[in-house]
Amino acid sequence: MVYESCKGYGSETWIPLNKKTAGNDHQTVHDEGKQNVLLRVLRGDMFKKTKRSFSTFSVPVRRWTTVLDALIYAKEHSDSSIAIRFSCRMASCGSCGMIINGIPRLACYTKISELGYDTVTCEPLPNFPVIRDLVTDFQQFFNHHRHMEPYIENQYPVPREEALSEFKQTPRDIDNYLQFSYCIKCGLCYSACPTVATDTKFPGPQALSQAYRYSADNRDDAEKKRLDIVDNRHGIWRCHFAGSCSAVCPKGVDPALGIQLLRSHLMSISKTPKTLADLRKIDDDKD
Amino acid sequence: MVSGNIQNANSTFLRESTVMKIHYITGLGALFVVAVHVMMRLVVPFSTSLEYENVINNYRILWYALLLEIILVLISIHGFNGLRIMLIELRQNAMWEKFVTIFTLAAMLAVIGYGTRTIIIANGL
Repeated sequence: MVYESCKGYGSETWIPLNKKTAGNDHQTVHDEGKQNVLLRVLRGDMFKKTKRSFSTFSVPVRRWTTVLDALIYAKEHSDSSIAIRFSCRMASCGSCGMIINGIPRLACYTKISELGYDTVTCEPLPNFPVIRDLVTDFQQFFNHHRHMEPYIENQYPVPREEALSEFKQTPRDIDNYLQFSYCIKCGLCYSACPTVATDTKFPGPQALSQAYRYSADNRDDAEKKRLDIVDNRHGIWRCHFAGSCSAVCPKGVDPALGIQLLRSHLMSISKTPKTLADLRKIDDDKD
Repeated sequence: MVSGNIQNANSTFLRESTVMKIHYITGLGALFVVAVHVMMRLVVPFSTSLEYENVINNYRILWYALLLEIILVLISIHGFNGLRIMLIELRQNAMWEKFVTIFTLAAMLAVIGYGTRTIIIANGL
């Protein structure tokens, strides 16, 4: 068995390397379309309170190999104790968010060949408590999300069932919020937000953009309630518009835009016409 | 748990949106009056404009003293609210937030009071 010494943050760990690639692990090796990269994983356990250190693995990759594939390979062939969270492998579930070469990304959505480096460094998402290795605790993140009441609310009951058929949205109505509904709650925007890094009570870009998403929906009439929720000392006004949330979103959502639009609603500069919610209300009044 | 930390918007003296509206308005206002103030310095050579007699004469012109008072009030409100925002982001607990709010408000009033006193004395009212 060949071992490699690797140093990270002042600590040293010894990990077995694949014999075939030993001695060439820092070099790009062409072997039937394969090449090897060095995969560095920041390890640590919040329960054992061990000092965090990097473990390094040599992983064969092909053109289409993603960082998640490489992590699973390392877990299967080198060290089964690597803690990672993943599920769908197609950027739909938002489970495998991590810092890859310094930028928050989804591991399943990041091809190693597109990174352009022979070394891939994986670290857990910042602004989240680390449970173990690359697995972080999303409790606070989901609490912020839940607090925004992320669902359509309408306090007026439907007077007649047939009235529901009238509650159709035009493409223009849908355009008001559609991009924000693509959010998969992966937490990359939350980890990239500089305000969240210092202010844990700040809801973060994900929760605020979802507050806008439902406020901009013309079937919803709880906008005032949501504006009350975000209008506090640690609320929407603490966004400094760094824009890093929008830069890292893997689904093309622009949370920074959502926050600015929600702010303009709060400042009464603009508002979304609540045609459908109002229709329901008027209908109710008639009855 | 975040749900336990959520602040009731009605528990504060002013809503944060009202405070921020004041913040933006004072910022824009300060930009305008400071620009007028700087341009007034260019009426005479810059070194001359800072001479004792010249400065005192400026204070004695009522509308100019009023302009200085407006600058003082706008800058104080905008600056100390900015300081409050920065300090509130540093730590999150109710006591700290209360202390920061009271401290910045008191400091703001003290600066406005002292500055107003200076303007009144220099104006000779």
